[in-house]
Amino acid sequence: MMTNPVGRITQGQFSFLPDLNDAEISAQIQYGLDKGYSWSVEYTDDPHPRNTFWEMFGMPMFDLRDAAGILMEVNNCRKTFPRHYIRLVAFDATRSIESIAMNFIVNRPENEPGFGLLRQESDGRNMRYTVRSYAGDKPEGERY
Amino acid sequence: MAAPEYRIPGQATASPEPAEVAPAAVDQPSLGNARTVAQVLAESQVESVFEELDRDLVGLVPVKQRIRDIAALLVIDKLRMNVGLAAETPSLHMSFTGNPGTGKTTVALRMAEILHRLGYVRKGHLVAVTRDDLVGQYIGHTAPKTKEVLKKAMGGVLFIDEAYYLYRPENERDYGQEAIEILLQVMENQRDDLVVILAGYKDRMDTFFKSNPGMSSRIAHHLDFPDYSVDELHRIAERMLAQRHYRFGDGAAEVFHRYLERRIEQPHFANARSVRNALDRARLRQASRLFAAPDRELDREDLTTLLPQDLLASRVFAEGSKH
Ligand SMILES: Nc1ncnc2c1ncn2[C@@H]1O[C@H](COP(=O)(O)OP(=O)(O)OP(=O)(O)O)[C@@H](O)[C@H]1O
Repeated sequence: MMTNPVGRITQGQFSFLPDLNDAEISAQIQYGLDKGYSWSVEYTDDPHPRNTFWEMFGMPMFDLRDAAGILMEVNNCRKTFPRHYIRLVAFDATRSIESIAMNFIVNRPENEPGFGLLRQESDGRNMRYTVRSYAGDKPEGERY
Repeated sequence: MAAPEYRIPGQATASPEPAEVAPAAVDQPSLGNARTVAQVLAESQVESVFEELDRDLVGLVPVKQRIRDIAALLVIDKLRMNVGLAAETPSLHMSFTGNPGTGKTTVALRMAEILHRLGYVRKGHLVAVTRDDLVGQYIGHTAPKTKEVLKKAMGGVLFIDEAYYLYRPENERDYGQEAIEILLQVMENQRDDLVVILAGYKDRMDTFFKSNPGMSSRIAHHLDFPDYSVDELHRIAERMLAQRHYRFGDGAAEVFHRYLERRIEQPHFANARSVRNALDRARLRQASRLFAAPDRELDREDLTTLLPQDLLASRVFAEGSKH
């Protein structure tokens, strides 16, 4: 049995749904803006679940009023990195919250080979596990 | 990209095609069903902006008329759209030409409000910039700067004051050209998202349009702001004073009228802005005058009244008497 029948990385919000289209993405962005969040665009070709720090595509966007401005930046990033993972991150700067409030993938490579489980036998009958991305063997920029 | 083949429990297995999610529709009046001009006017409450315009701004008759004409066109377009005619958003980019202080920024703010109420921009805020906000200092600096501004202006109106400084024909490698190209692209492709208003002196703006035909062809409406007459400036002054709870005392209004007649002839006259500055200086002198008599009891009358001597001390009168 395959453990990941859809062969997709599922991180952040909406990742079990079909990909959002631009109108749906705009609606989410606008929801965040109306809540006062600041959006930023991040990308990576190393989507290991423990890789929480993706590259920033430009600065986080403060003082924006309308989703079109952020979608413009998403499209810029898609043009620059068409085969990378790209996600939108909304930061809630409210005092004492000060953390990520929303986060979802808006671009993914066509082929997602996924991750393999590595087992290492150690002392006694202990077993150590780790996950390795099949695409991660190749150098940066050639992974997907 | 392989879409998942499973569904979230409880979710209808409708087609994944989204229902038209219009991010716009959130805080916009619902004009979709209007069939008459009166309905559009009533639902959009755009009339109240006209009233404010008439009430708050002295003079500017041709500008106010043009704004009404443009609004009429937009209302009719809305009605046409509602019965399924012309679906394309009309080009709404404008140029405001006129001397400094003739109310271009003020009118642009009202314009943004009108466009918002009629549903032609989603948010209706105004982002006012000049060359320095758009053009960078070195290679690769301009595009991010311009885009930053554009992103902030999305859903509203981008007001570029003294737009002709973007174009420096004497330097063919000037970074301004890059900003113009990015602007042009957005003005053409994202008409639903943004309205651009270029402002500046009439003659320089004309030269700018002549050397940038691409820009000129994307501007749908040209509004020319006339200089104010002395009477209009006087009315503007009285309005500004009333707003700040001041008034002209005995004879001060006549003195101010004479002041305007002289000031208007002098260089660097900036219409309503000069009026405001003159009044600010008069307030300063009034304050010094009252300050000089520390033991006097000051009543409401004293504190709100500008006297002729507060105005007569002006440099404008001093220079006049030399000749
Ligand atoms: N018709 C008017 N009635 C009342 N106040 C006015 C009028 N026109 C201009 N003002 C006032 O004059 C001041 C300057 O106007 P504004 O900033 O709109 O001018 P401008 O044409 O945009 O000048 P610039 O292009 O140099 O920035 C504002 O404070 C505005 O309130």
